[in-house]
Amino acid sequence: MNRYPAWLNVLVLVILLAGIMLALPNIYGSAPAVQLADVEGADITQTQLDNYLRVLENDGISPESAYLDDGRAVIRFAKGAVEDQQTAGARLRARYENESNVALTLAPGMPDWVRELGLNPMSLGLDLRGGVYVLLEVDMDTAVDNRMKGYEQDFDDRLRDARIRHRVDLNNQTLTIRLQSAEDMEKAREIVSGADSDVLIGDGTDGKSLIVRMTEAQIKERQDFAIEQNMTTLRNRVDQLGVAEPLVQRQGVDRIVVQLPGVQDPTELQKILTATATLEFRMVDTTGDMPGSRRYPGRGDEAPQILKREVIASGDEIIDAKSGFTNEGQPAVHITLDSAGGERMLATTRENVGKPMSTVFIEWREESVTRGGKTVSRKFKTEEIIGTATIRGVFKNRFQTTGLTPNEARELAVLMRAGALAAPVYKVDERTIGPSLGQDNIDRGFNAIKIGFLAVIVFMAIYYRWFGMIANVALFSNLVFIVAVLSLAGASLTLPGIAGIVLTVGMAVDANVLIFERIREELTAGAQPQAAINSGYEKALSSIADANVTTLIAAIVLLAFGTGPIKGFAITLMIGILTSMFTAIVGTRSIVNLVFGGRKITSLPI
Amino acid sequence: MRILKNKTHIDFLGQTRRKIALIISALAVTVSLGSLIVQDTPLEFGIDFTGGVLLEVGYPQPADIEAIRSDLAAAGFDDAQVQRFGTDTDVLVRLPPQEGWNPDELREELRRTVAGDISNVQLRRVESVSPQVGKELAEQGGLAMIIALLLIFVYVMVRFQWKFAAGAVAALAHDVIVTVGFFSIFHLPFDLTVVAAVLAVIGYSLNDTVVAFDRIRENFFKLRGISAEESMNTSINEMLARTLITGFTTLFVLIALLLFGGESIAPFSIALIVGIVVGTYSSIYTASATALLLGVNAQDLLEPIKDPDLIDDLP
Repeated sequence: MNRYPAWLNVLVLVILLAGIMLALPNIYGSAPAVQLADVEGADITQTQLDNYLRVLENDGISPESAYLDDGRAVIRFAKGAVEDQQTAGARLRARYENESNVALTLAPGMPDWVRELGLNPMSLGLDLRGGVYVLLEVDMDTAVDNRMKGYEQDFDDRLRDARIRHRVDLNNQTLTIRLQSAEDMEKAREIVSGADSDVLIGDGTDGKSLIVRMTEAQIKERQDFAIEQNMTTLRNRVDQLGVAEPLVQRQGVDRIVVQLPGVQDPTELQKILTATATLEFRMVDTTGDMPGSRRYPGRGDEAPQILKREVIASGDEIIDAKSGFTNEGQPAVHITLDSAGGERMLATTRENVGKPMSTVFIEWREESVTRGGKTVSRKFKTEEIIGTATIRGVFKNRFQTTGLTPNEARELAVLMRAGALAAPVYKVDERTIGPSLGQDNIDRGFNAIKIGFLAVIVFMAIYYRWFGMIANVALFSNLVFIVAVLSLAGASLTLPGIAGIVLTVGMAVDANVLIFERIREELTAGAQPQAAINSGYEKALSSIADANVTTLIAAIVLLAFGTGPIKGFAITLMIGILTSMFTAIVGTRSIVNLVFGGRKITSLPI
Repeated sequence: MRILKNKTHIDFLGQTRRKIALIISALAVTVSLGSLIVQDTPLEFGIDFTGGVLLEVGYPQPADIEAIRSDLAAAGFDDAQVQRFGTDTDVLVRLPPQEGWNPDELREELRRTVAGDISNVQLRRVESVSPQVGKELAEQGGLAMIIALLLIFVYVMVRFQWKFAAGAVAALAHDVIVTVGFFSIFHLPFDLTVVAAVLAVIGYSLNDTVVAFDRIRENFFKLRGISAEESMNTSINEMLARTLITGFTTLFVLIALLLFGGESIAPFSIALIVGIVVGTYSSIYTASATALLLGVNAQDLLEPIKDPDLIDDLP
């Protein structure tokens, strides 16, 4: 009685060994490292890595480990060698700025042989390693407005080309096209529907105007586009700033989560993240009364101008921008346009040599205001002319613009390179955790686990003697399994996650308590030891299952509805419940059977 | 070793005790609800729920709370709450949502203000949550709790019977109300992690209740000829050692978490400690007593006979 077949014992052993292997990378902790990624997104080659190492070698810096990971080069230093890391980072940045984004980061401190097995430690959440978490809300109305403005200009142009007298107004995402007669209205309808067959075209109440709106599907499409475009832009910006392992993720309908681990000083980064600064180039309306012309203020000493409505080129057509100086030593941004923008610039400059063109600097600024007793953030747009120059010759897609401070020029260059945001974003939730707090949280969390664990195993050993010791082995294996599963799943450990582990340590013994109490009852009732073990395990099973399923329900609900800290807790709690079922039932039974099974015993050390 | 010598025969569900327990529970629930209703600020909601700005600042020497408070007031932040956080050198500053500020500029301004002329001041943590996100998080938390209770009711109903399910949910609602009430009465900070803790309490307390129910079901069949009350009483007594031991081990680790886990996880630990004590009590008294009140008996757990014709064929 009470013998497990050999294969079952072997299986338990194999699972335990697998758990230990998967959990192994975590015992080495992490160490400072420099990470290099190609600016164009190409994979870094071994030759490049060797070059980096040679540069460092010349400076007398010797990393502990260097390897390629997912197309990026990781150069890791000894634990605590932050100085080496910083010198190496500065050195590599100076040397390879144009080809690689260099980021300072933490890399797993495991030896090469562990890494070569393809094993990875669990990653640490922002609250444990420090960093920035930002939740951004995309201004969907502006995204739709921008598209409507495109329609406004397009329809206006087409109607003018067809020589139909009209007036176009954009209000509340609705275009009203007023015409002279019902006859013109029908012509206009044909032109508008010919230009875009998807928009909704309705009749105005006066019988000679058209109401144009986007369909629900178009609005949805436009919003999805805005989110996707914004995420790409945000990713580019973050990459440019040299942040390792950034996370940019959509959340719900109109939100984007950005997580930047290890960022020490968030101020500059935050500014770049939500910045919407962009440029537009427009011709000056020298007559001052062309339809759609508008007066723009000048920045500083710059003179205000009346500018034409047509945009020659705008920020989203800029494919490259570099900050630098003009021949006269003024700070400038050197701009490269894409082909569409370049063509338009060519056509405009060809026709307008000798006429003035202005560069408009556009920025969305965020401010919180009180409306109806509630504080909400509001974005408002500032448009300022930073320069007006007479077109001296024809140019196409490469030119420079001045009128900015060196700082602004540099920032603008980063923003232009990364691409413009399709719609402004608001920051709705922002959490910055300093690296020292992160380390404190790790230390405290692990301390709590250690002490809690110790208290439980001492209690179990005293209370259930040898059976208690067996339960303790199971409890320890359970910890190993939780870490193994977290590492395997690539989940990140957070402080609430640690709390979940601590709680699991306390609750995981429950299954063993149920079994052992049952065995004691059976013994009191006069059962033989072997029979008591058997029925103890069997009869406790349904209670254990019920108890765990109900806790699992709570954990799943937490996972489904929770955000941030709640999710981290729910994940470890859930993993802990599942692994503890295995260790407490199968694991302990396997040991009990090996120790006590199949022989004659008169009493049990329980 | 045993905490309970031999078998216990405590009359948990006897008339007098049941009445006393009922009075205690009713009192605890009333005081909790009272505190939540009467007080102007029923709960010290964290900025997770209200929106606002939070700063954790580490000073190189023990911080002068009064000076920080007056500096902040002088800078126009007279609605700032300043308190020590764990140690003498750590300070927590909380502000309600601020008007007329760009978030990045606000953070810089606050950093300048709290640092004063002391060098080497660390901004350990900055959180700034907009009121609309706060409202959503609060709604999500409430919704999660209701859905958890609902799912649990269904599970217990399927595994046992509706009277047990009602008993279990009554016990859980009791635990949630008293735990939240505890936070209200003692003005403890109530943040997202506390919501997670309360949900964990639901899981734990249910764990206890279901284990007791399991034994009650077993004894309903085994011990024929005794009343439901006696049978339930025996079951609770039989499970008493297990209930206490699991409670102890869980409390051990939670006390370790409270003492060593750091200030930011303390509200979470407190919620769980209170919840587990209350949950252990309620699985003994509230859950079974409610099921008994609803007239639960052995018949309720018998499988209904599916084919009535079968009975006619029996001799």
